[in-house]
Amino acid sequence: MTALLFTNARLIDPETGFDGPGAVRVEDGRITAIAKDADQPTPEGAEIVDCEGKALAPGLVDMRVFVGEPGARHLESYRSAGAAAAAGGVTTIALQPDITPVMDDPALLEFALRRAAETCLVHIAPMAALTKAMEGREMAELAFLRDTGAVAFTDADNAVADPLVLRRCLTYANSLDALVVAHVQDPVFAASGCATEGQFASQLGLPGVPAAAEAMQLSRDLALAKLTGARLHADQVTTADALDALRRAKDDGLTVSAGIAATHLAFNEFDIADYKTFFKLAPPLRAEADRLAAEQAVAEGLIDVIVSNHRPWDEEEKRQPFEAAAHGAAGLETLLPAALRLYHDEKITLPSLWERISLTPAKLMGLDAGRLGVGAPADLVLVDPDAPWTLDRARLHSKSKNSPFDRRQLQGYALKTWVNGKQVFDRAADGVTAA
Amino acid sequence: MADDYAALNRQREKKRTTLRGLTQINLFFENSTRTQASFELAGKRLGADVMNMSVGSSSIKKGETLIDTATTLNAMRPDILVVRHQHSGAVALLSEKVNCSVINAGDGAHEHPTQALLDALTIRNHKGRLQRLTVAICGDIRHSRVARSNIILLNQMENRVRVIAPPTLLPEGVENMGVEVFHDMEDGLKGCDVVMMLRIQRERMKGAFIPSVREYFHLYGLDRQKLAYAKEDAIVMHPGPMNRGVEITADMADDSDCSVIQEQVEMGVAVRMAALDLLARQIPNDAEPDRGREGEA
Repeated sequence: MTALLFTNARLIDPETGFDGPGAVRVEDGRITAIAKDADQPTPEGAEIVDCEGKALAPGLVDMRVFVGEPGARHLESYRSAGAAAAAGGVTTIALQPDITPVMDDPALLEFALRRAAETCLVHIAPMAALTKAMEGREMAELAFLRDTGAVAFTDADNAVADPLVLRRCLTYANSLDALVVAHVQDPVFAASGCATEGQFASQLGLPGVPAAAEAMQLSRDLALAKLTGARLHADQVTTADALDALRRAKDDGLTVSAGIAATHLAFNEFDIADYKTFFKLAPPLRAEADRLAAEQAVAEGLIDVIVSNHRPWDEEEKRQPFEAAAHGAAGLETLLPAALRLYHDEKITLPSLWERISLTPAKLMGLDAGRLGVGAPADLVLVDPDAPWTLDRARLHSKSKNSPFDRRQLQGYALKTWVNGKQVFDRAADGVTAA
Repeated sequence: MADDYAALNRQREKKRTTLRGLTQINLFFENSTRTQASFELAGKRLGADVMNMSVGSSSIKKGETLIDTATTLNAMRPDILVVRHQHSGAVALLSEKVNCSVINAGDGAHEHPTQALLDALTIRNHKGRLQRLTVAICGDIRHSRVARSNIILLNQMENRVRVIAPPTLLPEGVENMGVEVFHDMEDGLKGCDVVMMLRIQRERMKGAFIPSVREYFHLYGLDRQKLAYAKEDAIVMHPGPMNRGVEITADMADDSDCSVIQEQVEMGVAVRMAALDLLARQIPNDAEPDRGREGEA
């Protein structure tokens, strides 16, 4: 492979906090030289990529992505997910085990990885089930699964109800230094409704779930993390009360972290008006005060990670009464612009934002990604952070078009994306290069 | 107009030709005897061809979605669909997918517009006005679309609306919906012109939302003693079907001096005739395939 030289770039490096002009040289899929505040001499035979002053940053690492394969390829295949990720500037997707069959068996995981490697344009980082069939009763084969390639363990949208089971899982996972990702919504409460409880849900006649369902479950899980010393990541923390609990746990020195979906930073409970099922999410959209608290928490780093929580559904699953419709939104292609809004609102700098969407998730899952340093893999995205555009869901690369951002004004997008130094997306061509 | 139809309904000759040639389908995803019968009679008395479909037990269980059912029926070219569904917002969703008129006959815990209209008509018949009255709605407000629709209508007409219920049967945020909240019948009924009782579902009685039927009846069941707290000429209403001895005593329900429950049923037919009549006027008399449709009445 010939060398690549990115010149005239605005480099964004979350590791060092650098945001300034520079150049990057890539050879054999890795970064071999970086010149900050200066240009790099052209090596013989290098292909030059003139960045025209746009932002060159590590590709996004998305910690929560549902892909239908195997079992529901009509919703999203590894190929379509890879195309959507590349178009969204995402170079690593952390697959959730919540598919058919559930990823709780090393042989299944191996098959999935092999299949993905053949068709997916971006890196795959699979999470495996924490308990068998994600039923919350028996521990999955965590060590075997880790050896097969699992980067973390989670029962996805199922919260482990039994504290005995979760405690043992955490203790066992801790001995492997494995990350456990918990869905922090009380399962009994969560099953009792489809919107955040309050006046608005009452007026719509929708069964509500109290926002406290999150703080309750998170507090229990944090207590178990303290008891076991395990590394615990709360998948989505979206309420001010739960954030307070998280802050106390971090102040206590627990090895805990938390994420949030871009949708919960962009929307609040009123967006479900007229029973728009694209806004039916798990957890449900929150009150504006909670949304503001979450923005603040992302800015100061209390929330460590922003995810897309990409959950593709076809029209059949969404064209239903609100209570009967499936929850979740396609998000791979809107993670970047939704996250950039915090930058445009001057709540966060670009390098700090890139910690939340690239470096920190990579670190949590033990991946070598998210850095702009010599030796790092050349997973790169060229971003125009300011370009205004309007999303047309019909033009999404994802097989499923259930985006709540449809027809919304957004700002910023990926111009080009590289994985291991190989270009996988070019916005100018408005498509994805073949795998 | 509903007054006219109420009068018509007391004549020997009740038939009109207002809806002649129109097809009305009553599409009920949730079981209902009186609302369905009421809409059926209303349509027939106006001369429409009325068909009843109870989908609750048939095609939905065969895996057909709400939208499929709607488009299938739509292809049969009905003029008016009367729809009840157990999910909030489902009727509005269905109305987007068909090109005929749709009347909401109750969706989930959201709204039941014709019930609120018939209640309003009944109140006006007895009080001579629909303003500046104090109306208490008692019982399972939380799960009641009747309560929500009545709160909207009565507030719109500038009445004082009170809700009286155990806190477990009140929806969150009800205090911001333009009502006064009471947990005690004596306080809540004081000075009321209208007492509206709601049905309480059997499955919600046994320890889930209230400890027991007898405790509920003791605290919230309407008997003569509790009604005495309200104004002397207060009327008692109930959307039906009643649980005698649970939310209301049998003799209260049958006492024609104060109970207007039977009249509510009568006004129900008249109001629905008026709703159908008004809606039918929007239906153009031509063969255009994409004729305009009105939303929920």
